[in-house]
Amino acid sequence: MSQSTLTIKDLHVAIDGKEILKGVNLEIKGGEFHAIMGPNGTGKSTLSSAIMGHPKYEITQGSITLDGEDVLEMEVDERARAGLFLAMQYPSEITGVTNAEFLRSAVNARREEGDEISLMKFIRQMDGNMDLLEMDQDMAQRYLNEGFSGGEKKRNEILQLMTIQPKIAILDEIDSGLDIDALKVVSKGINKMRGEDFGCLMITHYQRLLNYITPDHVHVMMQGKIVKSGGSELAERLEAEGYDWIKQELGIEDETVQ
Amino acid sequence: MTETKWSVDQEGIRAFSTANNEPEWLLNARLDAFNKAEELPLPKPDKTKIDKWNFTEFGAHNVQSAPFESLAALPEAAQAVVGEENPAQTIYVQRNGTPSILNISSELKEAGVIFTDFATAAKEHGDLLQKYFMTQVVKADEHKLTALHAALVNGGVFLYVPKNVEIKEPVQAVFIHDDKNAALFNHVIVVAEANSSVTYVENYISTVATERSVANIVTEVIAGNNARVSYGAVDTLAENVTTYVNRRGITAPNARIDWSLGVMNDGNTVSENVTNLIGDGSYADTKMVVVGRGNQSMNFTTKVVHFGKHTEGYILKHGVMKDEAKSIFNGIGKIEHGASKSNAEQESRVLMLSEKARGDANPILLIDEDDVTAGHAASVGRVDPLQLYYLMSRGITKQEAERLVIHGFLAPVVNNLPIENVKQQLTGVIERKVRQ
Repeated sequence: MSQSTLTIKDLHVAIDGKEILKGVNLEIKGGEFHAIMGPNGTGKSTLSSAIMGHPKYEITQGSITLDGEDVLEMEVDERARAGLFLAMQYPSEITGVTNAEFLRSAVNARREEGDEISLMKFIRQMDGNMDLLEMDQDMAQRYLNEGFSGGEKKRNEILQLMTIQPKIAILDEIDSGLDIDALKVVSKGINKMRGEDFGCLMITHYQRLLNYITPDHVHVMMQGKIVKSGGSELAERLEAEGYDWIKQELGIEDETVQ
Repeated sequence: MTETKWSVDQEGIRAFSTANNEPEWLLNARLDAFNKAEELPLPKPDKTKIDKWNFTEFGAHNVQSAPFESLAALPEAAQAVVGEENPAQTIYVQRNGTPSILNISSELKEAGVIFTDFATAAKEHGDLLQKYFMTQVVKADEHKLTALHAALVNGGVFLYVPKNVEIKEPVQAVFIHDDKNAALFNHVIVVAEANSSVTYVENYISTVATERSVANIVTEVIAGNNARVSYGAVDTLAENVTTYVNRRGITAPNARIDWSLGVMNDGNTVSENVTNLIGDGSYADTKMVVVGRGNQSMNFTTKVVHFGKHTEGYILKHGVMKDEAKSIFNGIGKIEHGASKSNAEQESRVLMLSEKARGDANPILLIDEDDVTAGHAASVGRVDPLQLYYLMSRGITKQEAERLVIHGFLAPVVNNLPIENVKQQLTGVIERKVRQ
């Protein structure tokens, strides 16, 4: 059993020359669930994209390591095979490539040539996960994310998570646009991943998600930094009182990235 | 006028004709075309300059090749398209210009179907061949390349389906180019008489690298009253083979021609595919996929001309350009005066995978009649980096991500090809062409 650690130190990230993250420090270990909360425009999604290696984001300072390995030196696919996963807020649509075909490529990308997963085993696994996520079986044969509703896309991200079984997953606003029933289903999938080998970072605006997936650590992000960290009680206080008390406490007037 | 270098002369043509015991009319047609070839201009495919391309220089007009003894003795690339498990019952294999294997099911023979190589057709079915050979579909004097073709035909196949005969299994022809000196002047004629139907699939396969060669291919499809022809082709000719391929059909009333074309050549290629919808109520459907790589240049003109009333023409072409490949997709829907209630639809899409790849899609509708419907869609674009990012974020390598995107881009055409054999072949061929 291997417990992984994702370590982010003094991370600065710019997009189109504008600095969005201004020194983020964070450590996520296998077995831990973290949540990053914060109002819009504070840099939460930038953090997730930077970790995965989105082509538009430039790392200007700091480091990201996974079990001591330099993540920033890796290509996007190498990061994924090293054990990172990002459930995206806006997954791409790819015409002509079926969901099943895509998932199987993702699974096989982690296996040696000649040791590809058997079709039967793959289908059994996929069917099981789709049942749990209450997805129609025909979603396997539909083109990847094409014409999927918002909720279907989110479920599909979690289906990938469950299929790929990464070491550390980042879920970028996995709750946005979900009604309460869908949220429960998606949460069920995420909770099924819990274990010593799996660490998770959830990025969200709302406490609502955290009612279904209890985090061990909650961080608040403002002005491109983590300004406050605590346990799950912090999320509850944010739900009850909003963000103003933190701004007052820290003397922040405008929480967005300037 | 620039002087053209010819790799064959009049004497060579006479000798070739004599050696094959050709009827006199054919020799005369050859010589007549050869005389015109010098004067006639090259065709002018829209937006591609071909006047510096080599259409006339090649190793030899007539190479001797030992026939293959059986389907099992074919080179691997040819076996793959023949299907080792369950090869077509009716199949012709040609090695360079040499007829090599000819199987025709007894059922088809009894029904009066003629399926034979070009030289045999000239000897044994001269009247029929004379009736159809470059007389009503493609004419020798259209331009330099059709004239050269008529003069130098050195291979091909003749398929004749009598009226009311419906052939269920596909008829296949495999043209293997495995001599670097060989030049292919292949002529294919498919005649489907009234109320008949046939599916014909052909493959052009190079298994040899060459420094300089030519393929000049003409297909003529004649679909009779209410006949149905499904014509499939997968071309995989080598780099340095300059290809001119003209596949053209004409329809009698209520006839239908479906084209399923995969042009995967590695050399410069001019491809012309035309259907003349002459008879009322006739129908043409062209589906084409193309992959370009290296620094090849290709021009694809797909045209449907509506003469008859109530005719329908559909064109669907998708192409992927890699490396420094260039391609022009011209789609032409032409509705002549009097072809009322006709419908011309076309869609062309080009995906470029690299900075240096070039693609262009030109949809053209020429309409001379009021009471018709027509439509077109075209797009040319580069691969979306966010799609690649998304796929790669799941651990898929860049190469595999590109493969998926290409496959996905071509899928709407490939998946809808009416001929299962062509669909399967293309999936494999595309895979190979994309991977290398």
